[in-house]
Amino acid sequence: MQKLLFTLLAFVGFSVATMAHEGYHVGETISNFSLKNVNGKNVSLSDYKDAKGFIITFTCNHCPYSVAYEDRIIALHNTYAAKGYPVIAINPNDAVQYPSDNFENMQIRAKEKKFPFVYLHDETQEVAKKFGALRTPHMFVVQKSGDKYVVKYIGAIDDNWEDAAAVTEKYVESAVNALLNGQTVAIPNTKAIGCSIKWKK
Amino acid sequence: MLSRLLICTWCLLCSFRAFSQEAVVPVFGLKEYQQRVQQNNDTLYVVNMWATWCKPCVEELPYFDSLRTEWKDRPVHFIWVSHDAKSRTKQVADFLSKNNYTAEVFILSAGNPNVWIDQIEPKWSGSIPATILYKNGQKTGFHEGDFPDKKTLQDFIHAKQ
Repeated sequence: MQKLLFTLLAFVGFSVATMAHEGYHVGETISNFSLKNVNGKNVSLSDYKDAKGFIITFTCNHCPYSVAYEDRIIALHNTYAAKGYPVIAINPNDAVQYPSDNFENMQIRAKEKKFPFVYLHDETQEVAKKFGALRTPHMFVVQKSGDKYVVKYIGAIDDNWEDAAAVTEKYVESAVNALLNGQTVAIPNTKAIGCSIKWKK
Repeated sequence: MLSRLLICTWCLLCSFRAFSQEAVVPVFGLKEYQQRVQQNNDTLYVVNMWATWCKPCVEELPYFDSLRTEWKDRPVHFIWVSHDAKSRTKQVADFLSKNNYTAEVFILSAGNPNVWIDQIEPKWSGSIPATILYKNGQKTGFHEGDFPDKKTLQDFIHAKQ
């Protein structure tokens, strides 16, 4: 009996751990959040009254993959913000282990690159955990449906981080275009190579 | 005269060393990766996915290097697969030379990550570091994330080989 109980407990413990790790899936509704932007003001999804959805990216300053994608993320915002899908960039990295990812350096980077989108600091890492973000950059396209925000795409920006000119599949663009045209997203999940998110120790 | 000769020899050695180090970091695609790690023999292939700029990766390399030295007479072969950009072979070579690392290293440049990550390991999210074990052409272990110390890495290899 004791053995069974132990097995059962171990199983429950394991499932909870896995569930907590996995985060949101495509088709699920996300909770709103409020995080500090580089201008010092808090931003939440409900602030965007006219948005049809969001291109949310977990990113940071130090990761070369993130840096390689900065210009493409800026381009995404410049194309899709006006169409109702602004970019929301969130940096979840532990600033103690990675001082280059602290709030002050986020402000510097946002200024240097003239980020046209908000760049939010997930200081407690709660938002990244809830999303199940694993690496930077990690993209989540969400669509507003009434007062809900539904995940429609999770994964990579495109298929070539090293060379923007050699990209053949623009996953995020295709997903947002499909949503704007009232279609289903053809490829709702992709994988990308990225820097692991630096969790607090 | 002698000192001049010595300096010349030293310069020659340095340039030779730099040259030979640079030459040892090839850039491989997925097929070459699979050919290297999936071999039909009893050797255990310990494959570490890393990059020179990846801090947790670089922090765990000494554990891999130390086990490699310790196990040099065992059928265990370490391969460090770099995810640095393919244009950075020199930086990778410089990093290895600076740290006196002599493990087998190549840069993986395999096209669309959405395709090759799953082909290497469906459970892998694509973040580095990650470690994969192969024996007799089969995958025997996978670990995503860094190892906190050498013993944890050693235990992982022992449990999965």
